[in-house]
Amino acid sequence: MKLRKLAVAASLAAIGLSAVLTTPAYAAEEQFFPVLAYRTGAYAPNGTPWANGFVDYLKLTNARGGVNGVKMIWEECETGYATDRGVECYERLKGKHGGATAVQPLSTGITFALTEKAPVDKIPVITAGYGRSESQNGAVFGWNFPLVGTYWMGADVLVQHIGKKEGGLDKLKGKKIALVYHDSPYGKEPIALLQERAKMHGFEVQLLPVAHPGVEQKATWLQVRQSKPDYVFLWGWGVMNSTSIKEAQATGYPRDKMYGVWWSGAEPDVKDVGDGAKGYNALAMQHGAEPNSKVVKEILEKLHAKGQGTGPKEEVGQVLYMRGLISSMLQVEAVRAAQGRFGKGKRITGEQMRWGLENLNLDQKALDGMGLAGVMRPVQTSCLDHMGSAWARVHTWDGKKWNFTSDWYQGDEKVLRPMVMLASAKYAEEKKIKPRTPEDCKK
Amino acid sequence: MFYRENGQFKTSYKADQQAFAIPQDRWAIVAIVAFAFIGVPLLVDEYMFRAILVPFLILSLAALGVNILVGYCGQITLGAGASMAVGAYAAYNFMVRIDGMPALAAILLGGLMAALAGIVFGAPSLRVRGLYLAVATLAAQFFWDWAFLRIKWFTNDSSSGSVSVPDINLLGWTINSPTDKYLFCLGVLVVFSVMAKNLLRGNMGRQWMAIRDMDVAATVIGIRPMYAKLTAFAVSSFYLGVAGALWGFVNLGSWEPAAFSIDRSLQLLFMVIIGGMGAISGSFFGAAFIVILPIFLNQMLPLIGGLFGLEVSIALVSHVEFIIFGSLIVFFLIVEPHGIARLWSTGREKLRLWPFPH
Repeated sequence: MKLRKLAVAASLAAIGLSAVLTTPAYAAEEQFFPVLAYRTGAYAPNGTPWANGFVDYLKLTNARGGVNGVKMIWEECETGYATDRGVECYERLKGKHGGATAVQPLSTGITFALTEKAPVDKIPVITAGYGRSESQNGAVFGWNFPLVGTYWMGADVLVQHIGKKEGGLDKLKGKKIALVYHDSPYGKEPIALLQERAKMHGFEVQLLPVAHPGVEQKATWLQVRQSKPDYVFLWGWGVMNSTSIKEAQATGYPRDKMYGVWWSGAEPDVKDVGDGAKGYNALAMQHGAEPNSKVVKEILEKLHAKGQGTGPKEEVGQVLYMRGLISSMLQVEAVRAAQGRFGKGKRITGEQMRWGLENLNLDQKALDGMGLAGVMRPVQTSCLDHMGSAWARVHTWDGKKWNFTSDWYQGDEKVLRPMVMLASAKYAEEKKIKPRTPEDCKK
Repeated sequence: MFYRENGQFKTSYKADQQAFAIPQDRWAIVAIVAFAFIGVPLLVDEYMFRAILVPFLILSLAALGVNILVGYCGQITLGAGASMAVGAYAAYNFMVRIDGMPALAAILLGGLMAALAGIVFGAPSLRVRGLYLAVATLAAQFFWDWAFLRIKWFTNDSSSGSVSVPDINLLGWTINSPTDKYLFCLGVLVVFSVMAKNLLRGNMGRQWMAIRDMDVAATVIGIRPMYAKLTAFAVSSFYLGVAGALWGFVNLGSWEPAAFSIDRSLQLLFMVIIGGMGAISGSFFGAAFIVILPIFLNQMLPLIGGLFGLEVSIALVSHVEFIIFGSLIVFFLIVEPHGIARLWSTGREKLRLWPFPH
């Protein structure tokens, strides 16, 4: 009896599975974007606003009439920040609705895995502000786009900033910087740059790894208390960030000597700590919290006022919401650029999308037109430079909101370029990739 | 009716001792393998290959390795993920450090390295048993996690600790399409399963089972516990090492130590417990249960919601997925504590009498 029930259940399940696997037909004038999001798990507080901003911008694009009439469509898949689930989501979504245009995994681990698949599937991987730093080199990483920022560039800007505070980079000699980082490829990315800069200026780098998910940091901050570094750089994500700030408070480490990367500088990280986080600084990947920008007002008016927005209205314009929005904007603009070459009002394939991403040219006028004036600086990519813009600034939490406290900085090409070239050459050798030449780029 | 042995007479010892003594079993296995090799590539799409079948095959191989140690030799291990990591990183190092190294040889050497590491970390089993041994193997997990994160030599000085490998080339056959990957993994799995089946029926397997059932009695009848236990660790780690190398080379292409974390060890142990300890088929059932079911639930729930006109958010789906998955584990363990493989063999017993049960 029991067995029969099981058999019936199993065959029903099999029927269901085959129903899932049949892909629906697609209309020609739709551009499909898979959304690899995480709204559950240890990183959900940060993943959710990002996904909300990401989806809202796609909705806004449709409300504005699409890209030359082409509608944006998307589908979400929950990755839980786990690499294997992320890959499964990617595989599930990449072929739907005529094929994915580009994919944005929002996880360094998933990015690493998709980097292997992108050249085969011909789907660009956009990693705005994360991923491999050396993937800036489009000659080797033909399908990766760390648009607007890499971790090496971010770390470089942080060093420049504290150098300026000390009165010159040469004044950093003998100083000690502790890096409290998420013990994963994400957290380890800045180490190479910091060590390079340490050699140049004679400061000392102390490495303090924190194991996933980062709620246990007592031992780490005990070490901070013992070694009394002049500055602490924080490379955390999700619950790790607020835990770090709480521990800094508990050990009495001054928050104004702490600098987070742009993934450690949003509302969910400091909100719960409140006044304890006052004075804490973080990099702003160009934008900060932008509740007064035109694009946010437009979203509130066109989407949230009509009940079509994603997520709570109060979070529109927060730091991570804006990060998602800008990530989404970049892909939409790349579609527009690609349409300019391959036919307006037509669907763009993954390969054409790559051309669009490599020829992205968002000048001030374009940004103003999108309501992003003052939010970010112009971006221009090329076949060999997949980052497009190396500007960042610093913002500080005043107990209630984030305020900008520095000028714009640019990542130092003289430091970054040789490192990018060296690391990407090594990758090319390992993977037996022949780097693209400027002639290949024209194709 | 179709599955009965009446009238089947064995006239030689050879016929009586073969791996699958009942012809129906033998034919069923041949048919399944043939279907897997020929039918499946014709039927399924790329998503099934890359997201479901390849991970399933590789984790089945790993679960088989764990089953040899836990199910057949009775030595509990929480260091399975570590053995996979050793296999993967050793194979990677053979690949990058020796010019012209064939990938298949690197994978097998990776397995060999894992076997050596397994012997070293299996040594405590000579002194401690049960939960204490589990804790000792946990040390292996943490040691190797640490080593691959911190010792830069293992990762060829990669700045972020992650490594990547080119596509496998096997005698001119470049394995990069999903079908190739599937066939390659299937081939390896079939060879290793046949090896395991024979190993377990032979002298060595019987020694392991004797140790598992009562080690004092086994010693009295002349089985050397040191030899039996350490060979079990070695063989099991070899399987895990090869599975780890395949996971890295074929499934991921580039990986970081987190791919072989303690979660992986626990996952493999659960596969063996749910699938069935001490049964080769249990490894496959367990792997299918753990790999496929969550993905299946994840895809089914929105559809079921759609039938009732409900819009299900992805967050809700993943919560419900955890709830159902957890309940199913509890359900199976209550209904059949010996795992799905036992359910299967009970079913077979019934089938032999069907349609006239006594």
